[in-house]
Amino acid sequence: MTEAAPVYAGVAELQRVARELLEVGDVRVIIGWEDARRGARPVFVSDPADTDKLIFDTRCVHNLVTYLNPRRDHVAELGKIGLVVKGCDVKAVAGLLREQQIDRDHVVLIGVRCGGVLEENELPAALALTPENVAPRCYGCDNREPSLTDHLVGEPQPEPPRPVMTIDERVAALDDLPAEERWAFWTEQFNKCVRCYACRQVCPLCICERCIVEKTQPQWIESAAHPRGNLSWNVTRAIHLAGRCVDCGECERFCPVGIPLSLVNRKLQQIVHDRYDYTVSDDPENAAPIGDYRLDDQQEFIK
Amino acid sequence: MNDDFEPRITAFVCNWCTYTGADLAGTSRLHMASNVRLIRLPCTGRIDPLFIIKAFERGADGVIVSGCHPADCHYTSGNYHARRRFAVFHDIMQFIGVDPRRITFSWVSASEGAKWRDVVDEAVRGVQEIGPYEAYRALAPDAGATAPAGEAKPAPDAAPAGAEVAP
Repeated sequence: MTEAAPVYAGVAELQRVARELLEVGDVRVIIGWEDARRGARPVFVSDPADTDKLIFDTRCVHNLVTYLNPRRDHVAELGKIGLVVKGCDVKAVAGLLREQQIDRDHVVLIGVRCGGVLEENELPAALALTPENVAPRCYGCDNREPSLTDHLVGEPQPEPPRPVMTIDERVAALDDLPAEERWAFWTEQFNKCVRCYACRQVCPLCICERCIVEKTQPQWIESAAHPRGNLSWNVTRAIHLAGRCVDCGECERFCPVGIPLSLVNRKLQQIVHDRYDYTVSDDPENAAPIGDYRLDDQQEFIK
Repeated sequence: MNDDFEPRITAFVCNWCTYTGADLAGTSRLHMASNVRLIRLPCTGRIDPLFIIKAFERGADGVIVSGCHPADCHYTSGNYHARRRFAVFHDIMQFIGVDPRRITFSWVSASEGAKWRDVVDEAVRGVQEIGPYEAYRALAPDAGATAPAGEAKPAPDAAPAGAEVAP
């Protein structure tokens, strides 16, 4: 049995900062996490008295930056937002800033120092992280000290443990397979897709007002859930995030049929890193690789 | 290798270089494989990776994407943008398990009729080696109901289904 996680010392500070922001009227709503019967979940707090609901622990896996996505203009209509972010979430904020999708002045960022989160968050109490239960994406985290924030709470956290199998190892294992077996693996995975588009809905960076999959004249991507359309959709979703995906893992976590989307996303990160020496960072000034070019880009694949 | 198999190959080419280069190959009466259907676009920058997926969906056994050499783009930088996009697409399709011989990328200028012939011949040979793209056709919702396509030789004048791409 895994032991319970130590109480996160920054919670009182988090609640105090949130309460002050609401009392002063700086922000209209704080978006953070609360404790619920089935584990931590996102919460919108607009009354200063309710700020004692706010928590932070290893169950707070959600990337709340998805509420800043310009597709969610009903959230923006609430007024200025105070958003609780982990270090990894900040990369998504940087992504939205980089693409001029949000105004930095319209959001107050409350950063929490994070030492990794659980893969399975629907638990009545937070657990201490072990190689078996840690979210694999937390391994090698370079953002435990969130940047870009207006307030920073909590004390420095230990490094997250190494998961039993890292995402890079899983990608490498696929890379080692012959092409036919990779094809068999991915078509089997994509065949499970029911085209609910939860991966797109939860993504903080899927920002198109009208998604290509909803265009019917011409219909680029077949919308019925059959293997051919599923392949087209899943490949397109992935490449539209090439050099943009922040690896928050929300698409995979939300996928009701368990398609390992983080493997495709990680592969794309490796591709842009190997070819263009680009790593998605928390620096909004760091231009994304697609949409940019260099005269001497690699072209070994072109005859 | 199946010599009787005549693959259907869709080529997405840019108007300014490769299309003109292919035209030159024709007016120079160069002999080359006749399996390629050209789709002319203003620029390689106009070619979305979805075009390539769509071509496979509509029955292509292989795809060629070709345009102006770097520094020759009629629109200055369209091919540079395309190069990055195709590099990512090329790598991810290989990760998914698509044989790289199915998708050929090339730069062919307006004066390179002979190079176009070589690109076409090589692409056709490559696809002939690996055979019809049954793996992709098996994804179709009505797969199994129809006889495998691609075994019949494409009619010389009628546009095959593989060449149809939504505008």
